[in-house]
Amino acid sequence: MTYPASGRGSTATLSEYVTFRLANQWLGIPVDMVQEVLMAQRIARVPMAPTAIAGFLNLRGQIVTAIDVRSTLALPARDPSDGVMNVVVRQDGELFAFMVDDVGDVVAVNDDALEVTPATLDARWRTACQGIVRRDDDLLLILDVQAFLRLDHTA
Amino acid sequence: MDDLLRDFLMESAENLGRLDNDLVDLERRPDDPTPLHSVFRTIHTIKGTCGFLGLSRLELLAHSAESVLDLLRSGRLQVRDSLISDVLASVDRIKHILDVLEQTEAEPDGTDADIVARLDVWLDSVPDARRPTPFEAIAAISSYAEETPVPERQSVTPAPAVAPVGAESDNTSPAVDATDAGPDHRTHLADSTLRVGVGLLDELMNLVGELALSRNQLIQLAGANEQSEFVNPVQHLNRVTTDLLDAVLRTRMQPIGNAWTKLPRVVRDLAAASGKQITLSMHGAETELDRQILQAIQDPLTHMIRNSADHGVETPEARRASGKTDGGTIRLVARHEGGHVIIEISDDGRGINVDSVRRKAIERGLVRADAAAALTDAQVLRFIFEPGFSTADKVTNVSGRGVGMDVVRSNIEAIGGSVELHSEHGRGTTVRIRIPLTLAIISALLVGTAGETFAVPQIGIVELVRVTEEQRHLVELVHGAQFYRLRDTLLPLVPLHTLLRLETTSPSETSSIVVCQVGDTRFGLVVDEVFDTAEIVVKPIGRLVKHLQAYAGCTITGDGRVIMILDPAGVASMATISSRSSAERDAQEEAEAARRTADDATETVLLFDAGYEALQAVPLAVVARLEEFAADAFEQADGQYLVQYRGSLMPILPANPAMQLTAVPSRPVIVFSDGQRTIGLAVEAIRDIVEDQLRIERRAQRPGVLGVCVIDGRATEVIDTDHFLRTAFPDWHRHVPSGDAATHVPHVLLVDDSRFFLGLLAPALRTAGFSVSTATSGDAALARLDAGERVDVLVSDIEMAGLDGYSLARAIRTRPQHRAVRLVALTTRNSAEDRALGVSAGFDQYLPKYDRDTVVATVRNLLAPEQAAA
Repeated sequence: MTYPASGRGSTATLSEYVTFRLANQWLGIPVDMVQEVLMAQRIARVPMAPTAIAGFLNLRGQIVTAIDVRSTLALPARDPSDGVMNVVVRQDGELFAFMVDDVGDVVAVNDDALEVTPATLDARWRTACQGIVRRDDDLLLILDVQAFLRLDHTA
Repeated sequence: MDDLLRDFLMESAENLGRLDNDLVDLERRPDDPTPLHSVFRTIHTIKGTCGFLGLSRLELLAHSAESVLDLLRSGRLQVRDSLISDVLASVDRIKHILDVLEQTEAEPDGTDADIVARLDVWLDSVPDARRPTPFEAIAAISSYAEETPVPERQSVTPAPAVAPVGAESDNTSPAVDATDAGPDHRTHLADSTLRVGVGLLDELMNLVGELALSRNQLIQLAGANEQSEFVNPVQHLNRVTTDLLDAVLRTRMQPIGNAWTKLPRVVRDLAAASGKQITLSMHGAETELDRQILQAIQDPLTHMIRNSADHGVETPEARRASGKTDGGTIRLVARHEGGHVIIEISDDGRGINVDSVRRKAIERGLVRADAAAALTDAQVLRFIFEPGFSTADKVTNVSGRGVGMDVVRSNIEAIGGSVELHSEHGRGTTVRIRIPLTLAIISALLVGTAGETFAVPQIGIVELVRVTEEQRHLVELVHGAQFYRLRDTLLPLVPLHTLLRLETTSPSETSSIVVCQVGDTRFGLVVDEVFDTAEIVVKPIGRLVKHLQAYAGCTITGDGRVIMILDPAGVASMATISSRSSAERDAQEEAEAARRTADDATETVLLFDAGYEALQAVPLAVVARLEEFAADAFEQADGQYLVQYRGSLMPILPANPAMQLTAVPSRPVIVFSDGQRTIGLAVEAIRDIVEDQLRIERRAQRPGVLGVCVIDGRATEVIDTDHFLRTAFPDWHRHVPSGDAATHVPHVLLVDDSRFFLGLLAPALRTAGFSVSTATSGDAALARLDAGERVDVLVSDIEMAGLDGYSLARAIRTRPQHRAVRLVALTTRNSAEDRALGVSAGFDQYLPKYDRDTVVATVRNLLAPEQAAA
């Protein structure tokens, strides 16, 4: 299912985002940055690593750094009984697994529909997001992967 | 791109790389025909192939260069700097044209008339030296082909107007060569070598790495069931994989000389530009290491060589003024050492002025002034590796490029290497780099602690010690730090679970100590279990955890798990037991440092209670062990207490005569040994092990005490272990084999600015049968020698105020009347460079400080031939 582009102008181009959920909030990552989506994986923890770094996972012989996105974005820890999904993102040749609550559809958003992140948003979230999209019944935050990775993961 | 063109470009790139060196060689050894012939061949081949490929601009240029070289070859021109510079200029231009060719597949527009004109000047300086241009030659050949009659230039012997110089010696006629040199060369290469793209090799490496992982996995599966029919095939697979891995690793190995090819040219150009005379001597170019590492060290190497040439070596005038030869030397040495490659870059230039660095460090706020004064020279020199610490202007008084040694350090450390710098003002600088052979696959020990598995690189492991419940008592807990009594040393312990803040559910019954060596430091990593050794593929860890010092990387095990590879150096520095403390940490320790004086190093001291008012102290270095004996273990014989210890009887002396040895159920005993004799000193309690300087403030009256010093702000008595050894073995000195003592008692002059060490060593040497005198400074020692004191062996400290050990040795060596004096250096600085410096200063032996037995043995050995003769 694809959300209709909710833009005002029809000339602007459409960008596609992989959506995922953290608690009740939906976020999006540009689809071309996402390599794949994985179910829960065996993760080797790295002692002394920042708290949000869950550890490393082995993806067909490649080392992937798993980040608990909830932890980096200062959300309460996930209920252990809830499932977890991994969005594998490639950035500067390195692989990261974003551990999220759930993964949704790929949505196409008209570039014009992307609005500036509201100033009232928590500082962490504001840094990590490059914009916000108003949808029919909720808001979709677009994650700036680079900025997100630069955040302090010790939260 | 045309195959022919690609081959030509590749071949030329290889040849030109060699060319720079050959030309620099030629300049240095004008009479040696080898480099000249090599240069000529290279240019000649390029020229020949150009004709083949229709590259006219390149051909003309190469032709001009070749003509000049030919005159050199025939001896009609002499090698001169300016001539070589012109030839080098043409080589540079050839390289430029080749670069453009590689990108655009066409020669660049433009003319080389400037360079050709410069080369022509040389040609014109020799009468009749002009050779036909390629076009003329080709014309001659084609006319030869058309008009069968023999052209005059081959039929008539004296035809100077046309005949190329040297034509009689070989077939230098360019067009002819063009046709046969090319194919001929190619068959040679094709016979033994194949060009393979680096990308393919890297892919191969990755695949073999994956194969090795699958192999490990299979071994585990097959190992579970010994009856399995898979056991044999898996074993075979294992062997083949191991060999394959080895072979693939070797395809990536290249001689380090490949990273050196540019250096002679760099040095030559810098020397020429600054009017210096510099010889670059390179040793160990054949030392092989991984291509990836070779690439990583190329820039740092060039950088450091440039530093040496630019900032290190002085101008001939300056060198003469300081009594050196006009020409400076930069030595570049590579060799294998264990699983590492050691590269040393040393120059005999002006060295680094430590005081300037110190000032600069204070200016930049890296260290407080009072703390800076207390730092040793070696510690100060480490500031050079600080980011943005430009040494260019202030330190060497030579303006120029920024030095950027911090970049050098970070590049080297990024590949798991380390870099040290040693410099002596006025005498030169040595940089020592230690890098691993390969990054890709290492042999590692898998260990477990608190339920986690880690890999420890085998390279850093010295031995494994298993500690069972019964051996637990060998672990000493002193002031919160753990030590293990390993043979004759106290090994600092680092429990891995504490270091990594792991939660242990239940302490395991037994544990293992992985004894690691980092630089000069040894420590024991305490783990719960030791599993296995394995060849592991090192994978880099991501940028988010890269800052963690504890890890060198990670790997994937046979069953697909990711485990972390520990970095012993990082572990040591986290546990702050590393002797190589960084400049930053030194700065933090300034409060402590402020208490020290500039020339006193701290040492580790064992504090104990002997029932006196003051605490007693003894340097840990002279302590063999700490023991505890039950009261009933003490036996009395011959008016002495003894215990049975390691198969023999060890005398036990009370540290305080008033002590009732057997009054307590068990008594701590400090064991001292001087090699042949071992005694135990019974004490009330072991109190602490502290780092402090030992400065004897006051000589003591009571026998058995060297003096009093302040440790941890309290007056503490430093005991004289030798006194106790003498008390326990009163007749010992009579047994010392001192040769024919009546004829000649060898005399030792002991020089150290620390009275403590004089007090420690002098008695030991005296008991060994030598007569001993002492001096507390280099100047005093020299004065005594000059005053005619007959000295057989002089044992000297290195770091002393005033005349230091090196200078003292040099001063002695310049005085012929002291020729017979044997010199022994004693120091805490015990790296290879230090030893080299010591030897070059004239020391016969270079020994680590604090090892009394070795000192005595060395002095004895040095005198052995003399005594035999007496």
